[in-house]
Amino acid sequence: MAVLTPEWTAFLYLVAAVCFILALKGLGSPRTARRGNLIGALGAVIAMVVVFLSTELDNLALILGVIAVGTIIAVPASRMVKMTQMPQLVALFNGVGGGAAALVALLELEHSVSFGAYLAVAFTVLVGSIAFSGSVITFLKLQELMPTRPIVFIGHAAVIVVLAVVGLAAAAIIVLPEAWLAGVGLGGLKWSAAVAGLGVGSVLGVLLVLPVGGADVPIVISLLNAGTGLAVAASGLVLNNTLLLVAGTLVGASGSILTREMAKAMGRSVTGILFGAFRGASSAGSTATSDRPVRSSSADDVAILLGYANRVVVVPGYGLAVAQAQHTMAELAQTLEAKGIEVVFGIHPVAGRMPGHMNVLLAEANVPYEALAEMDEVNPQFKTADVALVVGANDVVNPAAKTTPGSPIYGMPILDVQDARQVVFLKRSMRPGFAGIENDLLFDQKTTLLFGDAKESLTKVLGAVKNL
Amino acid sequence: MEAITLLTFFVLAVFIGFEVVSKVSSTLHTPLMSGANAIHGIILVGAVIVAGSADDPLTLVIALIAVLMATINLVGGFVVTDRMLEMFRGRGSAPAAREGSDA
Repeated sequence: MAVLTPEWTAFLYLVAAVCFILALKGLGSPRTARRGNLIGALGAVIAMVVVFLSTELDNLALILGVIAVGTIIAVPASRMVKMTQMPQLVALFNGVGGGAAALVALLELEHSVSFGAYLAVAFTVLVGSIAFSGSVITFLKLQELMPTRPIVFIGHAAVIVVLAVVGLAAAAIIVLPEAWLAGVGLGGLKWSAAVAGLGVGSVLGVLLVLPVGGADVPIVISLLNAGTGLAVAASGLVLNNTLLLVAGTLVGASGSILTREMAKAMGRSVTGILFGAFRGASSAGSTATSDRPVRSSSADDVAILLGYANRVVVVPGYGLAVAQAQHTMAELAQTLEAKGIEVVFGIHPVAGRMPGHMNVLLAEANVPYEALAEMDEVNPQFKTADVALVVGANDVVNPAAKTTPGSPIYGMPILDVQDARQVVFLKRSMRPGFAGIENDLLFDQKTTLLFGDAKESLTKVLGAVKNL
Repeated sequence: MEAITLLTFFVLAVFIGFEVVSKVSSTLHTPLMSGANAIHGIILVGAVIVAGSADDPLTLVIALIAVLMATINLVGGFVVTDRMLEMFRGRGSAPAAREGSDA
């Protein structure tokens, strides 16, 4: 139904765009974040109502039916996913968004006339399909359905270059005037070129993400997210729709900044993350072998170490989250504090699987916000800490990031747990962390290991502390 | 719409995008990424327009796939972000009191 005049349509799109701006702004502060997200959702609802009321649409029943199906898939998936698996769900959502943008651009090709519109189609098809397949690979890596280590095959870089050239050639066919193309015998190929662009982009997305090492995957999700934003913006150009243009650009711009911030928090450069694996041997410390002796101990010993400490810094990692041990951890911290022991949580910027992920998980367990200290804040405190309790974390406390230039995590800022008087690791096994490298700190004199599932170990330690 | 108008929108949106997320603590990087992710699900508007003007079966099928994907992105994105942020509420006594009015 076209019951809305173009003026009202434009006005309501403006309202929706303002909602999106307020949403991003609100998401920047813990107090306003939830409201911000709801304002964003309101903007989306306004935009959807407007599109149905302002456009003459065929196939209305089918469209509404498919939207209903999508909602029925999306809501339970988002409500039921475990908080630990949230990053990969976000990656999937991002991927389907990119895919949708690519398909929209493909279909708009036949209605496009101007040079700008063709350029936007070419861009959206390529970037959207890269975002789609790249996100699928990040999902598989985070879900550990495929190896998390960087995967590089012989000729990998060359294949990427060849595909990029083919992609650009397809883009050129889409963009160049039909008359000119017909002149050189390439007439009528625009549609085929766009379909080829979809295929090339999809393969490129896979090949670009495969070499990315496990710990860097979240940054790539953010980068792909920004890419999808730009693809949506470009599809706004194709459709002459200002809301898509503005919303997509907002996401593209804020996503780029966010990607840079995340990379900075990990001491990485975005190009290093994407292409680092091609610059040769990121040797995983071949001299280090897992059969070196370690000092493992019992829950009672750990309880004594903790119970007679003055200051304890807890470093929670992904292992804590997978074991769903955050509640037990919170209780242990409360018990220690009741004994007059100061407990601080040192949160690495990428603890968990994404920046801020661990904060979400600990907030879920009602750990007070003030007890969570960010890396810069907590690092000087390790020197005065009696015990650093590392629960299910490994890469973020690996001194190799400072001491071993060849290591894949070299340069990543770490929590300086080695400065604490005693270090206790609660670990499931000697298996290396997400980045796939060994941690020399495990073999250090002052390190004690308690093997087992984080939740079981913490429960035992908690019981023992209570009995002290 | 004229190209120059669209370019104006684009450039202004870039600056707003840069501005609104600068200096965000790493604590909120995950929800922010997730929220931005939901916003680009608005490509659903585009998918609906394309599906609504499809006049052959192949176009319609492709367009409906786009509608499905975009819906999942948009709806799922906002719901999962809300779920993440839900966790930030109701923690410890002091912060809860400070945010008591925030509902």
